[in-house]
Amino acid sequence: MLRVGGFIVLLTIALALFGPAISPYDPSSQELGRRLESPSASHPFGLDELGRDILTRIASGARISLLVGLAVVSVSSVLGMFFGSVAGYFGGRVDDAISRIIDVLMAFPGILLAIALVAVLGPSLVNVVLALSVIGWVGYARLVRGQALRAREFEFVQAARALGANPGRIVLKHVLPTAFPAVVVQATLGMAGAIIAEASLSFLGLGVQPPAPSWGTMLDAGRSHLFDAPHLTIFPGMAIAVLVLGFNFLGDGLRDRVDPKTQR
Amino acid sequence: MTAPVLLGVATLVFALIHLVPGDPAQAMLGEGATQEEVSKLRTSLGLDRPLGVQYAGFLKGLVRGDLGRSFRYNTPVTQQIRDKLPNTALLAFAAMGVAIAFAVPLGIIAAVFKGRAPDYVAMTAALAGISMPNFWLGPLLAILFAVYLGWLPVSGSGTAAHLVLPAVTLGAALSAILARMTRASLLEELRELYVLAARSRGLSGKRAVLRHAFRNSLIPVVTIIGLQFGAVLTGTIITETIFAWPGLGRLLIQAINYRDYPLVQGCILFISVTYVAMNLLTDLTYGFLDPRIRYD
Repeated sequence: MLRVGGFIVLLTIALALFGPAISPYDPSSQELGRRLESPSASHPFGLDELGRDILTRIASGARISLLVGLAVVSVSSVLGMFFGSVAGYFGGRVDDAISRIIDVLMAFPGILLAIALVAVLGPSLVNVVLALSVIGWVGYARLVRGQALRAREFEFVQAARALGANPGRIVLKHVLPTAFPAVVVQATLGMAGAIIAEASLSFLGLGVQPPAPSWGTMLDAGRSHLFDAPHLTIFPGMAIAVLVLGFNFLGDGLRDRVDPKTQR
Repeated sequence: MTAPVLLGVATLVFALIHLVPGDPAQAMLGEGATQEEVSKLRTSLGLDRPLGVQYAGFLKGLVRGDLGRSFRYNTPVTQQIRDKLPNTALLAFAAMGVAIAFAVPLGIIAAVFKGRAPDYVAMTAALAGISMPNFWLGPLLAILFAVYLGWLPVSGSGTAAHLVLPAVTLGAALSAILARMTRASLLEELRELYVLAARSRGLSGKRAVLRHAFRNSLIPVVTIIGLQFGAVLTGTIITETIFAWPGLGRLLIQAINYRDYPLVQGCILFISVTYVAMNLLTDLTYGFLDPRIRYD
């Protein structure tokens, strides 16, 4: 599972990095005379509603998906680790305050909050990352808080405290490393979530705006051509599903590695 | 805990309109609006009042069930929600019905045949269901059943046939999650001593599974059904958009496109509050399924 997931993800990264350069077509160049053309040897995934090569656009779209995923996971995990470790390590009122914020944000259906934020901030790539990070950090914070609550009772942490180490150093050097494996698993699964969320928002017209080749935007454009050109829908959707499956495999595989309870 | 969470949700929704870059009234009316029109709309939305007064007024309105007036339709937001709610409820419950109908037998078969071909087939199908985004599955189903086979309508509402594709699209992911959960939960119960005791008293394997283990394995499954209701509700936003199903989700997207912020706030608040209420209901349902769990 780990290897299959890793292979899919590496393949997508390679596609994103080298695909647009290798392809003989430009993702934005249009051939209106050949619009909606079915897959052929020269265009394996066919042409879209403006006569653009779908395979090249999928390769370019992979950059957006991976970029959004990486940005959301980075921002969310850093924020989540900070607030989670502070809440778990210090406890008391700080923990109460952070936990209540977590409860409220957890009570909100995530994608709905993202839709709401993008709706008011306006559709753009930056706002998508912002909206998804606002909902994304909560999961990491809850996870790290739990680990920090446990870790602060460990003898080596108590020893560091007794030796006079400052709280910031204890959290950074001793508490966070105990949570790190779980955070890596969460981040891998979070990549899948962020990619789907970005595609959903773009599909609804709230994410990346045309002519940028986001997979969600491509699917949205395909909706008008279900009858005459189903390949506009099939290939971008397949790209999303395969990459999400890849990250899910990778996350599940990593979880099995770091959590002895799930090993059989 | 529910009351502070609801207050937090209401506060977040109230804050939304104030996050609009620049003047929300100007954004709603567009660039061509005159200064007079903008200030009139600001007054009617109450945006000219101090923030604290606006917040108090917003909460007071909520208590009375007043979510403001839709800017586009010029009707109360609650009326818009009331008009669309039955369609969304119908779709959500149909999707949950589809999910349970597929997932529970699939999960039982996978658990009973653990490690054998039916288990692998069922779990691979479940994994595919989880990984397939509904905005892809929906159009794929439409291509197959509406375009190629011509069995079902591609969009709209009004007949039972219109409900099939949206319900299957919306229920697929939940079905996959439930099947995995049913399998895991049932496998755990099957290892318990009471199942062994039932078998040793001469009960058939089928009876031991269905009468004893299955019932106890339902607790986490019901939890997931309850907790996933939020995902189903939010999933309606995309599903309704794909199939032009006239529900709350489509209303929300239309409201966003028209920059009808009071309607956006109303829809988001309503969906969120329903989500919180479903989570509370899920907690309360435990008590019925497991008499050991009691709430004071």
